[in-house]
Amino acid sequence: MRSHTFHDRANINVEVVVASFSTGERRKRLRGDKRVLEFAATIKATFEPVIRTSLYPRSQIDIYVQVLQQDGSTLQACINATTLALINAGIPMTDFVCAVTGGVHSTSPMLDLTTLEENDIPHVTVAVMPKTKKVVLVTMETRLHVDRFEEILNLARDAGAILHQEMKEAVLSRSASLIAMAEPVTKGQSRADDDVIVD
Amino acid sequence: MVEITIRKRPRSEAVITQRKFFKKTARGKVIKVLRERYLRDDVGCGIHNCRECSEACTPSSSLLPESGAEHSLFPDGHFVLPDTNVFLSQMDLLESSLFRPPIILLQTVVEEVRHRSLPLYNRLKALMAMDDKSIWTFYNEYRSETAVVREENETPNDRNDRGIRKATAWYKEHLQLNNPPVRGKAPRKLPTFVLLTEDAANRQKAEKEGLVSLSVRKYVEGMKDSPQLLDLLASIEADEIEPTRAAGGKQILYSEYLPSATLISGVKAGDLHQGHFNANQYNYLEGSVSVPAFTKPVLLIGRENMNRATSGDIVVVEVFPDSEWKAPADEVVDQDSTLKNDDVESGDEDEAEDDIVTRTESKVTSSEKRSSEKQPTGRVVGVIKRNWRPYVCHIDSTSLTSINSTSLSVQTVFATPVSRLLPRIRLRTRQAPSLIGQKILVSIDRWDVTSRYPEGHFVRALGKVESKEAEQESLLLEFDVPYRPFGKAILDCLPKEGEQWVVPPKSDTSPEWREREDLRSVTICSIDPPGCQDIDDALHARRLPNGNIEAGVHIADVSHFVHADTPMDSEAASRGTTVYLVDKRIDMLPSLLGTNLCSLRPYVERLAFSAIWELTPDADIVNVRFTKSVIASKAAFTYEEAQIRKDDPNQKDDLTEGIRLLNSIAIKLKAKRMAAGALNLASPEVKIHLDSSESSDPIDVEQKELRETNSLVEEFMLLANISVAQKIQETFPQTAVLRRHMPPPKTNFEKLQDILQKRKGLTLDVSSSGSLAASLDKCIDSEEPAFNTLVRIMATRCMLSAEYFCSGSVARDTFGHYGLASPIYTHFTSPIRRYADVLAHRQLAAAIGYSPLHPSLHGKSHVERILDVVNRRHRMAQMASRASVEFYVGLALKGREERNKASGAGAVTEEAFVIRTFRNGLGVFVSSLGIEGLIMFKNDLQQFDAENYTLSIPAPSGPPVTISVFDKVVVRIEVEKDKNTQRGRVKMTLVSPIDSKNM
Repeated sequence: MRSHTFHDRANINVEVVVASFSTGERRKRLRGDKRVLEFAATIKATFEPVIRTSLYPRSQIDIYVQVLQQDGSTLQACINATTLALINAGIPMTDFVCAVTGGVHSTSPMLDLTTLEENDIPHVTVAVMPKTKKVVLVTMETRLHVDRFEEILNLARDAGAILHQEMKEAVLSRSASLIAMAEPVTKGQSRADDDVIVD
Repeated sequence: MVEITIRKRPRSEAVITQRKFFKKTARGKVIKVLRERYLRDDVGCGIHNCRECSEACTPSSSLLPESGAEHSLFPDGHFVLPDTNVFLSQMDLLESSLFRPPIILLQTVVEEVRHRSLPLYNRLKALMAMDDKSIWTFYNEYRSETAVVREENETPNDRNDRGIRKATAWYKEHLQLNNPPVRGKAPRKLPTFVLLTEDAANRQKAEKEGLVSLSVRKYVEGMKDSPQLLDLLASIEADEIEPTRAAGGKQILYSEYLPSATLISGVKAGDLHQGHFNANQYNYLEGSVSVPAFTKPVLLIGRENMNRATSGDIVVVEVFPDSEWKAPADEVVDQDSTLKNDDVESGDEDEAEDDIVTRTESKVTSSEKRSSEKQPTGRVVGVIKRNWRPYVCHIDSTSLTSINSTSLSVQTVFATPVSRLLPRIRLRTRQAPSLIGQKILVSIDRWDVTSRYPEGHFVRALGKVESKEAEQESLLLEFDVPYRPFGKAILDCLPKEGEQWVVPPKSDTSPEWREREDLRSVTICSIDPPGCQDIDDALHARRLPNGNIEAGVHIADVSHFVHADTPMDSEAASRGTTVYLVDKRIDMLPSLLGTNLCSLRPYVERLAFSAIWELTPDADIVNVRFTKSVIASKAAFTYEEAQIRKDDPNQKDDLTEGIRLLNSIAIKLKAKRMAAGALNLASPEVKIHLDSSESSDPIDVEQKELRETNSLVEEFMLLANISVAQKIQETFPQTAVLRRHMPPPKTNFEKLQDILQKRKGLTLDVSSSGSLAASLDKCIDSEEPAFNTLVRIMATRCMLSAEYFCSGSVARDTFGHYGLASPIYTHFTSPIRRYADVLAHRQLAAAIGYSPLHPSLHGKSHVERILDVVNRRHRMAQMASRASVEFYVGLALKGREERNKASGAGAVTEEAFVIRTFRNGLGVFVSSLGIEGLIMFKNDLQQFDAENYTLSIPAPSGPPVTISVFDKVVVRIEVEKDKNTQRGRVKMTLVSPIDSKNM
């Protein structure tokens, strides 16, 4: 869209679609659903400071998030998937974005909640940039006691660092397999050369 | 801090880590639920000093002893693993303080209990929290070794049983692994793990797997205290263990109502009967409907026959043939205790639960336990008008699925109304946990034939239970008392001068002085209770030169300020009366009028409406005149002050002489009234002492003292009321506002007569009010002075209540006032606090030609309508103030209990009279506190003789103790909170002649 282009940076466009079969109970969510729109806006806001948009003036980066199956911590999953997708697409970013949902049951904190848990306990989703140790997103729709908040925020940040390790490994192995896929051509040639030498 | 790790599982393990099941929704849709579960290896076994699990076991305080417990069958110690059915059927045993082996409670069991019955689940949770039990909850479903997956063609029950066996086996192995044989030492004897189950098939399977398994009975027989414990064993029928859940639609619990056309024609034809439904406060499964066709009310027994009627509804009943008539049950059936295991959801889904409830209830309603007196019996076939309103309720905490305070999930819970006359209300709310311990307002929405309980919705929270504000507001709401502050339109009707308003100087032109008599020089005084602010009556008396006596009653001239058809008037009409609570007064009129302009305060001039009699020294009326006047009261006495003044021979001033004169006439008036057959009734009245006006903490309760001066004021008010009634009835025969007290039907007294006859050999003659008064005077027990008062209180309860009526709407011969033995009566003397008096004032003013009568007071139907409202408000106001006193008596008792505790004096005990006997309890009346209470016995050991109103209770030693109506007993009074609803209530137990604490 022309009107959405910026002369100095790329525009980020996020669209989230939640499949009606993604939850236990079939539920049709329309495109204009406020909750889904909010989801998209949250993702957009999270990634805007991380993607180096100034490298692509007058262009647009589309992020399409399709939720096929969900059982809690959906925002967390969306953000982590987006990070990996952007990296996979080779879009320059200043850092990873690692999100995790934390909750607290009476006094014991917990991470990565399921729907069942989300329904019943207060929870907060935190997205961190593990290298710069910056928090890019804190969102909460329930009430959480202020005394518990710090504990859970710290825990979520620690969890972000661990997620980062995991994601880095995934990115590396993906890259390795990509390289491996690209290699056979050269390898095949060299083997041919070998053959020549042996023969 | 536990290390954060990400556990990744291969897809192949999904069988174990995912739980998949299908669920049917209320609408009939089927949904597939897929749940992930985290299996872990660090779930603690909970046994003390376990090598492997010591880190995972928290809190360490609840760990089980290393060597288990002793049992005659297991010399090396043992642990118990009960299965689900043990908890479902033998909860009483497990709750017993004598049953205390170390129990390993499996998560599978906990979940199954919860699934089957929420109330039992809540009891189980309470059990887990108990200090004297050693229970360890083992989360077997989350331990990788013990998690089981449901196999194909396996029922959920079998799966759970297998899970329980697997866990038992794991425990056995786990203990062996952690106690490896040490060389050179004799192998340590290891305790046994005993699987408790009632299911024989399960036992067989367990034995095949090499596990020790016992039935509960067998296990208990081997215990130390087996005799006591065996009593607690519930005998279970085989079919009850596994309730089959019938599939399909909802069960119909009630019959449908007949169409309204059928109802109306049926009532007209006399086949059906219409009346108000009254619930029985002692037995929630019984109600009655008074209909004109029968002298006794129609009895409705059981839920099906009450057919969804709630207290106060106008219902249509069908009466059964005579052969099916029954007598009311003589047993106390408490909804809370009978139905404590009832499940909230049951009405919708669970038929098996229904059966259980029905069975318990049918036991209660079965006719065996009834005495012989039969009464018309029937069933409700339709409701003409519902009496539903918002009810003040408490949430029943046992009906909650989750008590997590932050849970926002929708829950279906029970709300127990404060009033015992109402059934529990089912409601769905998202904020259930935060509503526990609060008083809330709940509206009933509907009551379907498929639902055992009415369904309602949450309106708002009133505040914490026992906080004064919440209690006060709930009281006002419960009795429908309008308590909103007065609006601007109403306040605009007040005189513009406000507090500064005074009677203008006497002049012919001033409207205030038009046709008013100047009585400012007369020695008038008022006598009221202490702290009275709204003084609406004042008195005077003086000797006339001809030897006769002039007596005057001066009533605040409210009708001068409150004109008909103004906002203030309609507000007062809808409020009907001022409501007096212990610590608050809800005014009928704005306080500027009530406590200032209309209050006949001393030393200021006030407008009044005076009734002045000329009486002979024998108190015969020579003549009476009514006039508007201006008075200046010379003093405002309390009853006590007036009494002291009168009795002091040194006081010789005009005021004192006036009081003496009034008193001498009052005595003669009273004697005359008594001779005419007026009743001297008694009602339990107590006075609450408040700590200070600010804190309003009750200090103590004492009985109200009645002085001669109380009677003085009363006699003159009666005289004024009767005189005014005659006057307005003469002038307005069609629309005069009068008050009557219908003679009670003789059947009302039958029971009391019978009790008196059998217990004391006394007879009560109820043929007229005079003979009743005379026979009441003879009801004296020489040893017990309070006995007479008690009989009077009981007699008062047999009577109807007095009511306002419009003279044109009832027959002339029913005008009489039974209690006062007066042929005609009205209310005239308290216009500040009663609206009927305001109407009487207006009519009297018109009768003496002071002002024309407002057209609305000429219309019979209009007057009737107003009086209906006033009657209802009046009744409600009385109940509200009684409830308020009761609440404060409760607080005072609590205070006394605490003080007693501090001083080590033990519980509060009081003397009480037995006023009713039930098969399983006693109704007692504590006169010193003015409260009634119920003593219930849990054991079914007592012998009940309905004919003689006698209950004999076996004593631990010696012959059984017999208690009958009118016996004096000593009761222990405690204020306890209902564990589930936080509703505070007074609990009484017998102290003498027998201690019923454990009964």
